[in-house]
Amino acid sequence: MKILVAVKRAIDYNVKARPKADGSAVDLANVKMSMNPFDEIAVEEAIRIQEAGTASETVAVSIGPKQCQETLRTAMAMGVDRGILVETDEDVQPLAVAKLLKAVVDKEQPELVILGKQAIDDDSNQTGQMLAALLGWAQGTFAAGVELADGSLTVRREIDGGIQTLKLKMPAVVTADLRLNEPRYVKLPNIMKAKKKPLDTLAPADLGVDVAPRLSVLKVAEPPARQGGIKVPDVAALVDKLRNEAKVI
Amino acid sequence: MEREAMEFDVVIVGGGPAGLAAAIRLRQLAAEHDRELSVCVLEKGSEIGAHILSGAVMEPRALNELIPDWQARGAPLNTPASEDRFMFLTEKRAFRFVTPPQQANHGNYIVSLGNVCRWLAEQAEELGVEVLPGFAAAEVLYDDNGAVRGVATGDMGRTREGEEGPNFTPGYELLARITLFGEGCRGSLTKTLFERFGLREGVDPQVYGLGVKELWEIDAAKHVPGQITHTAGWPMDMSTYGGSWMYHFEDNLVSIGFVVGLDYQNPYLSPFEEMQRFKTHPLIREVLEGGRRLAYGARAISAGGFQSIPKLSFPGGLLIGDGAGFLNVPKIKGTHTAMKSGMTAAEAVFEALADESASGVEVTGYRERLEQTWLWDELYRVRNIKPSFHWGLPLAFAYSAIDTVLLRGKAPWTLRHRPDHEQLKPAAACKPIEYPKPDGVLTFDRLSSVFLSNTNHEEDQPCHLTLRDDSVPVQVNLARYGGPEQRYCPAGVYEFVEEGGESRLQINAQNCVHCKTCDIKDPTQNINWVTPEGGGGPNYPNM
Repeated sequence: MKILVAVKRAIDYNVKARPKADGSAVDLANVKMSMNPFDEIAVEEAIRIQEAGTASETVAVSIGPKQCQETLRTAMAMGVDRGILVETDEDVQPLAVAKLLKAVVDKEQPELVILGKQAIDDDSNQTGQMLAALLGWAQGTFAAGVELADGSLTVRREIDGGIQTLKLKMPAVVTADLRLNEPRYVKLPNIMKAKKKPLDTLAPADLGVDVAPRLSVLKVAEPPARQGGIKVPDVAALVDKLRNEAKVI
Repeated sequence: MEREAMEFDVVIVGGGPAGLAAAIRLRQLAAEHDRELSVCVLEKGSEIGAHILSGAVMEPRALNELIPDWQARGAPLNTPASEDRFMFLTEKRAFRFVTPPQQANHGNYIVSLGNVCRWLAEQAEELGVEVLPGFAAAEVLYDDNGAVRGVATGDMGRTREGEEGPNFTPGYELLARITLFGEGCRGSLTKTLFERFGLREGVDPQVYGLGVKELWEIDAAKHVPGQITHTAGWPMDMSTYGGSWMYHFEDNLVSIGFVVGLDYQNPYLSPFEEMQRFKTHPLIREVLEGGRRLAYGARAISAGGFQSIPKLSFPGGLLIGDGAGFLNVPKIKGTHTAMKSGMTAAEAVFEALADESASGVEVTGYRERLEQTWLWDELYRVRNIKPSFHWGLPLAFAYSAIDTVLLRGKAPWTLRHRPDHEQLKPAAACKPIEYPKPDGVLTFDRLSSVFLSNTNHEEDQPCHLTLRDDSVPVQVNLARYGGPEQRYCPAGVYEFVEEGGESRLQINAQNCVHCKTCDIKDPTQNINWVTPEGGGGPNYPNM
């Protein structure tokens, strides 16, 4: 069985995101970028399945500018066998990403695709679902546990009321939630080995996908600054303020 | 668990300008002579440039020598220096002085040194250097004869108590024929080498400054690309060494910072708050008003200059860059000298390694070569400027003018340094300093500042700020000096808290921005800064 795992190059989780002065986008000039943390969990899961002997090959795919090669190298240093970069400098939105991934799936014929549940930059949480729909495959989103046995896949999902367990037919799409696993530290020798693993580059046009954005961003702004608190003299004043000013009761 | 080992010809500790220049030069020489030479650069930051913080006005002299076509290769030196201003400040006014000759910046560039290092790392990788960010060199390895044979990276995944956690991964031994230490000011391994090989015997103690820096984006109408302003005077008193910079560079960005000499005496002094107060001066406020602060950070610098340069070689290794202390203080520049030291070390090492069996040898040719370069001459000439500031500002100004203009740096005497940590006076003998409250617009508190350094450390790991004696913070530092670590730390790492009527030192190691001030200024040298897990620490953008 082959597993395809999708990895996005996103603003690093330690970096405080900040809009550009003109409010057009988040300022990424010389800001540290790294693999979206949920995708790291997806990669870890794919490798664990392979290490358990259930999968024979793991392939990482990334979509974006040339620098996504680094993200793929990280995935390969963690243990993925090879990488595919769909190189584009365009702003690719979830639908375009899902279409591109579908084209890669058609080419690679994996039986399982694992993605992060969402990327920490735009928090869209759409790509995995869209990909499953485009492929007509079963989907297990927000996975907190994955078990593979006899051609079916059991996915535990964290939902509001507790844990839901799904049984999916293969092939399937799984999106990883935070508690699925804890990604390993990359081993130093593996970083050097990863530089020698195969990395293919494709263009969206090679895959016959139009990546033109369907949504336009109107404005990116900082959240309003927190106002300082005030002291109220008594409970009556508090209730009054909550009811008439904050309008929460 | 056993550590895996990997072998290289040369291992370089630290991906700053010195280490990267050395790596590049080594691979250039290897290509020129058609020789195999494996070179690896270890960097504790999560990426190259993550821990780099500098003004910076960069003199391109060393870069011109190393990569003459740097412009064509897209080096991020985009803003040529235009106007130089040297101002003396009083609380309300600014007086323009003649710019000291060392500070004339014609031909220099205002840069983000972090971005320059990111670019240098790309050049190094193209030449075949293994650049490995996210791995901290935590231990020096020695062979049976006592020669350095490489370094070991720190373990990953140890718990706070030092136990092996679920994701525990042991460190690696990086073995090398020669190891170059380019850890920057107050390197934690360099410090152990000083002791082991007696490298500081017969030279002056190193002295330091702490630079606190902010990056601002300002109103385009106020932006003067290439303008360089340095100030002396307020808010420092006449007996405390300190001054500021303000550089306008690309994209309406202004780099602004304040350096305080760590030989300050009043334990109530807070370099962080001096920086905040400094911004309220009309000269600065006017520029920053309407702008927004983008980044914050701090780093100690070596200010001892010529008379503090230690022995640079020992069996199996060399010291390069600011860890050795090649900063030119009156020029307020150390990038060109750091790079030059790395390049010179590379040349000496390349020669020494021509003998295939050479390993763990002492490359004495490094210093011999260095003494023939412009670096040595440059540092020799300015050696008396910084120590003259012991006499207070007016005398120091007068002396510096005479030393520079009349004696041209060739005075037949050399002024000496005293160690910074011995300079603090007891709190009882000093006047507390009242700093103004931050307004949240122009001036800020420590925590909101540290937030902008993007610093982070894995929470569950042993504390990397170690105490030799746990009782000293309360019994000596708090009792005698009023707990100066609460004030000199620019990241709010140290806090004295009261519990059940007793004080105790709380160390918020996660906030640490790796500036090394505590390791330098702690009066009894009780604090020992060691490397945390690789990848931890600040993530400076454009700094």
